[in-house]
Amino acid sequence: MNDVAICLFAESGYDRAAQGVIGAGRRLAGTLGGRLHAITIGTHNPELNVRIAAVADSVISADQVELAEYQPELCLDALAQLCGELAPKAVLLSNDTYSQELAPRLAHKLGGSAVGDGIELIAQDGAIRVKRSVYGGKAVATIELKRSPAVIWLRARAFEADSAGSASVATVRQTRLNLPSGDRTRIIERKAESTGEARLEDARVIISGGRGLGGPEAFKDLQELAGLVGAQVAASRAACDSGWYPPSWQVGQTGKKVAPGLYLAVAIRGASQHMAGISDAKVIAAINIDPDAPIFKHCQFGIVEDYKKVIPLLREKLAALQK
Amino acid sequence: MNIIICLKQILDPEIPVRDFRIGPDKREAVRGNANLVTNIFCENALETALQLRERTGGKITALAFGAESAEDTLRKALAMKADEAVLVLNDGHPHPDPFTVAQVLAAAVRKIGACDLVMTGRESGDWGSGQTGGLIAEELGLPCISFVDHIEARGEGTDASLFVKRQTDNGWELLNAQPPLVVTITNNEFNVPRIPKTRDIMISARQPITKWTLEEIGVNAAEVRAGQSYYEVVDLAIPAKDVACQFVSGDTLEQKVENLAQRVIEVTRSL
Ligand SMILES: Cc1cc2nc3c(=O)[nH]c(=O)nc-3n(C[C@H](O)[C@H](O)[C@H](O)COP(=O)(O)OP(=O)(O)OC[C@H]3O[C@@H](n4cnc5c(N)ncnc54)[C@H](O)[C@@H]3O)c2cc1C
Ligand SMILES: Nc1ncnc2c1ncn2[C@@H]1O[C@H](COP(=O)(O)O)[C@@H](O)[C@H]1O
Repeated sequence: MNDVAICLFAESGYDRAAQGVIGAGRRLAGTLGGRLHAITIGTHNPELNVRIAAVADSVISADQVELAEYQPELCLDALAQLCGELAPKAVLLSNDTYSQELAPRLAHKLGGSAVGDGIELIAQDGAIRVKRSVYGGKAVATIELKRSPAVIWLRARAFEADSAGSASVATVRQTRLNLPSGDRTRIIERKAESTGEARLEDARVIISGGRGLGGPEAFKDLQELAGLVGAQVAASRAACDSGWYPPSWQVGQTGKKVAPGLYLAVAIRGASQHMAGISDAKVIAAINIDPDAPIFKHCQFGIVEDYKKVIPLLREKLAALQK
Repeated sequence: MNIIICLKQILDPEIPVRDFRIGPDKREAVRGNANLVTNIFCENALETALQLRERTGGKITALAFGAESAEDTLRKALAMKADEAVLVLNDGHPHPDPFTVAQVLAAAVRKIGACDLVMTGRESGDWGSGQTGGLIAEELGLPCISFVDHIEARGEGTDASLFVKRQTDNGWELLNAQPPLVVTITNNEFNVPRIPKTRDIMISARQPITKWTLEEIGVNAAEVRAGQSYYEVVDLAIPAKDVACQFVSGDTLEQKVENLAQRVIEVTRSL
């Protein structure tokens, strides 16, 4: 009853988020004095399973035809069955779309409690507490889960990977679950919008544009600038809502949580909900016409100017310096 | 199509950080001079519902669980042209946990009756649990699709079929679903909430709002008033973090940008 289960989607592979969940799971199981069980859902991913087997005490690969592609109701049913059998004290997931979608419902099905976007786990005197950012990043709350299991989706990149590993390598067990037929929702089309392979979450440098850019054209200039320093371009919610940049590139509390080495905010005010997405950035810099813009409170360096004057010059200078 | 849309009234999430305070018990934010507003994603949801109704007809009921002040949120929904409004009065814990809220909203949905679609926002701008939609689905035994930004309906009655587009981490997915169903709504460029017309605001001020007490909707009122059987907030703190920004120097714009470029290169090379 002190065991921890982690649930990962095979499709995402052994990425930084998976590593964070595995590491968090290993440490929590250690604190609780229980075992670590891993569940991977979707088409068997040898790399992921091998990596997990080196850390977890047991691995279940939920790889069967019905689960090859994500379908909300089927995946939920599968997870509820698997977690139900393991009867863990905590279930950890990442904060991808699918995990966020399923975690509260999984908690409900298991009779437990859920909390999301956790940035710290605290196990003390048999209680599980989670720190998470609230009020759009203006405050941090500590929340105690009252029912068991505690189902927690993590801001996975905020957690360290596991460095030690377990003494032995776990065997990977394949499942054959009885899943309901005739699900009431079905994904009929999928489309990736990302340009190329690069994911915003993994970007080393991000140049981000806000409403102050005034229109979609300026994003082309940002893209050109980004090309010079190997950066990805992102946007604030206001810019995405205006249709200037696709919503899958929105950064913030309800967009991507990113952790680049450099985040350059262009014509972004720095609302707390935006900053909630970049709290893990190493260096933040800004171009803003307003010296009192809150973004400067988070910046290591910045310039108070009209972006229209800065960008062309900056492109020129960066190109020269890169030679 | 009968749509019930859940709207939450919250402390204005756009108040500046310097005006944000926490109460002495370290469980709640202090309202101070801040306005109470409708959670933005609830308005995105209402906008999505209004557009769906424009295409396929039907009825939209706005539902809130909150203090008397939440009437304002419902009046605004009526002004945006929701058909009816229901307020379940919260006379207990000011921020009940998401399970408590979902129990109340699900009970109200049952009491309202015939419903094809329950809509919530993806998360609220205050405590942002991001759970209410999914938990309502479980309470009602319905499927749920999250992060939806567009809905089309085809067919009528038992043949009705919904086509639901939702955002994923790297793009979107299209789902086919049979009502009844719960969806949680996120923002995109097409569901930016409309501004109600002055005339509709005036009409909405006189429209009736159905009010129910916890006793009237058939939930365990004592448990709901306590509001923390699922989770409990044990601490709330403001993170300390102010970095001193170095503004790049230079006599001319060109020099300043040159310095900016140098800093950028310095950082990117060190990564
Ligand atoms: C529940 C909730 C969730 C949210 N989630 C997110 C989220 O995930 N991501 C997000 O970004 N926001 C989010 N928001 C919205 C957030 O509160 C802000 O409204 C938003 O971030 C503002 O975007 P902005 O800074 O681009 O626009 P604005 O606030 O309009 O700021 C524009 C900035 O551009 C500057 N500017 C104008 N002209 C120029 C010029 N010529 N040159 C240089 N600078 C110029 C201005 O000085 C200003 O600082 C959320 C809000 C809520 C309530
Ligand atoms: N008290 C409430 N009254 C009505 N709807 C609510 C309430 N609390 C949450 N919701 C709905 O659930 C969504 C997500 O909120 P949350 O789960 O609290 O992040 C909101 O956008 C609302 O649609």
